[in-house]
Amino acid sequence: MTLLVQNLTVARGGVPVLTGVTLRLDAGKALILRGPNGAGKTTLLRTIAGLQPPLRGTIDGAEDRVAYGAHADGLKAMLSVSENLRFWARVYGEHDITAALAAYALEPLRDRLAGTLSAGQKRRAGLARLMVTQRPVWLLDEPTVSLDTDAVAMFAGAVDAHLAGGGSAILATHIDLGLQAETLDLTPYRAAPDARHGASDEAFL
Amino acid sequence: MIALLLRDLRLALRAGGGFGLGLAFFLILTVLVPFSVGPQSTLLGTIAPGILWLGALLACLLSLDRLLALDFEDGSLDVLATAPIPLEGALAVKGLAHWITTGLPLVVAAPALGVLLNLPGAGYGWLVVSLLLGTPALSMIGVFGAALTVGIKRGGLLLSLLVLPLYVPTLIFGAEAARRGAAGLDPATPLLMLTGLSLGCIALLPFAASAALRMNLR
Amino acid sequence: MSLWEYANPVKFLRLSERVLPALWVFAGLCVATGLIWGFFATPDDYRQGSTVKIIFLHVPSALMAINAWFMMLVTSLIWLIRRHHVSALAAKAAAPVGAVMTVIALATGALWGQPMWGTWWAWDPRLTSFLILFLFYLGYIALWEAIEDPDTAADLTSVLCLVGSVFAVLSRYAVHFWNQGLHQGTSVPVATGARTVSDVFFIPLVICMIGFGMLFVALVLYRTGTEIRLRRTRALLARGARGA
Repeated sequence: MTLLVQNLTVARGGVPVLTGVTLRLDAGKALILRGPNGAGKTTLLRTIAGLQPPLRGTIDGAEDRVAYGAHADGLKAMLSVSENLRFWARVYGEHDITAALAAYALEPLRDRLAGTLSAGQKRRAGLARLMVTQRPVWLLDEPTVSLDTDAVAMFAGAVDAHLAGGGSAILATHIDLGLQAETLDLTPYRAAPDARHGASDEAFL
Repeated sequence: MIALLLRDLRLALRAGGGFGLGLAFFLILTVLVPFSVGPQSTLLGTIAPGILWLGALLACLLSLDRLLALDFEDGSLDVLATAPIPLEGALAVKGLAHWITTGLPLVVAAPALGVLLNLPGAGYGWLVVSLLLGTPALSMIGVFGAALTVGIKRGGLLLSLLVLPLYVPTLIFGAEAARRGAAGLDPATPLLMLTGLSLGCIALLPFAASAALRMNLR
Repeated sequence: MSLWEYANPVKFLRLSERVLPALWVFAGLCVATGLIWGFFATPDDYRQGSTVKIIFLHVPSALMAINAWFMMLVTSLIWLIRRHHVSALAAKAAAPVGAVMTVIALATGALWGQPMWGTWWAWDPRLTSFLILFLFYLGYIALWEAIEDPDTAADLTSVLCLVGSVFAVLSRYAVHFWNQGLHQGTSVPVATGARTVSDVFFIPLVICMIGFGMLFVALVLYRTGTEIRLRRTRALLARGARGA
């Protein structure tokens, strides 16, 4: 199934940041979002994930199909790595966590409390969470922060395997992962300061 | 949803503070009361039901600011909001977990603290019953307050300011039932009102809380 | 032409600026007339003496304290359903006015209660309800102040207002259940139409109530205008920052 975003306008803090975003993501494909800081990558991803409503435009094929991975990992410091993953697996409907542990080399760490992990290890556990959800569309916001070269390779491998299995992914990232992926530069979609798109502050202008 | 309940219970047990802190606070508050009002046992016996209810209410309030704030900070709430379980249900479960870790221990501890305050013999049963029926409302109102203030830095004080006025009807009916029980009167009317209040809170507040939480996550 | 046209902040500002001067004058005249008539031109009550005259402050402010919350409830609903900014800002503007009215009602009530009941404060259901109402006002204002994003603040305070209204009504009934009162019956029973206050007092009282009502409307319009200008400044700054 295809994720189809048409003519999307998104706002942050009542001000439109991106307008007219149109993108199409087929099964087995990945899309990399590029743009300077503040371009609206996070806002776009949160809107597609359904965490905030779009000002305009439509998003088809996202509901109940996306797994969202943000800057924070969603790990509990007082639970072990495997307990954390098993919890998210059960929330998304009882899946096996061994594949996810293996993909990010978390087997040796499975009984460590998440609070005692290093930043990179936490990040790996957070990324492994996406695998246990078994959702077809991954939305990833700066997934490689604090990962070393080996871990980035693990991540690229996991994304490749996900795509090969018919999944798809949208990534906001600045580094080259060596993935077969299209790139979408968000700069042309930037909302003009005087544009009127139904943002909530416009009534006052 | 059971997974969420088990996780919250496990976290409350492991993080240590969350579980014991409310109880310890309840104990200390009860011990401080005779120091402030004097040791006359008749006076203590008269005010015991009210003091125990107030203590339980404040102990409930104590752990509310951690109820959703921790999940908000580590990103769990974003993931929960996009998960297949409805957010209303998730919040109701979080309220249940809060009640099991905070309300239920208070109900169990209240009779022991009643001894310290010279609670009349007839009052013990009704005190436990009224707390058992009233604390679920306290937890659910707390979830609503926590959902309102989750995005605010250092929202703890504001949370108390918002939640305490909402606690007024529960406190009135709960303490009235306990007081009537201790005085040997019939506590049926306030108990029924209290039960209705709790059931109403459980039925409706998860919807208000999840609406507020979605606004905060935007 | 529909009423909703004034949901546009600019139109609202234009209208309120035109109406406000007249409203201030009318409100001031009504309050002054009512109070002067009430204080100096009415006889002493045969039972309550001259203390009864505080009724001309007490009843109108108490009425406005409740009406302000009711208005916030309605405007909160309008914001949640139709998302008109003026509505949310009017609720924000009304809250401190309502809180002050509550304080006036409580303070004048205490001054009246001391000679009548021999105490400044009693845990009478009506007094207690007003005190609880004041706490709700405080929480509502504090929540507005605490949230940075104005739309989120409007959303959350509206939800608080709705839930708070339910609990305020519950508290009122709980308080009546909890304690029987000292407070005299209502001075202006709307439902029954029966009059409990004699004409000598009633006419200046009505003038005072109209005056307080107008004063409330004027204050809320004025404060809403200020809030709209603040939002406008904020919007222009945000656009400017992005354009630069």
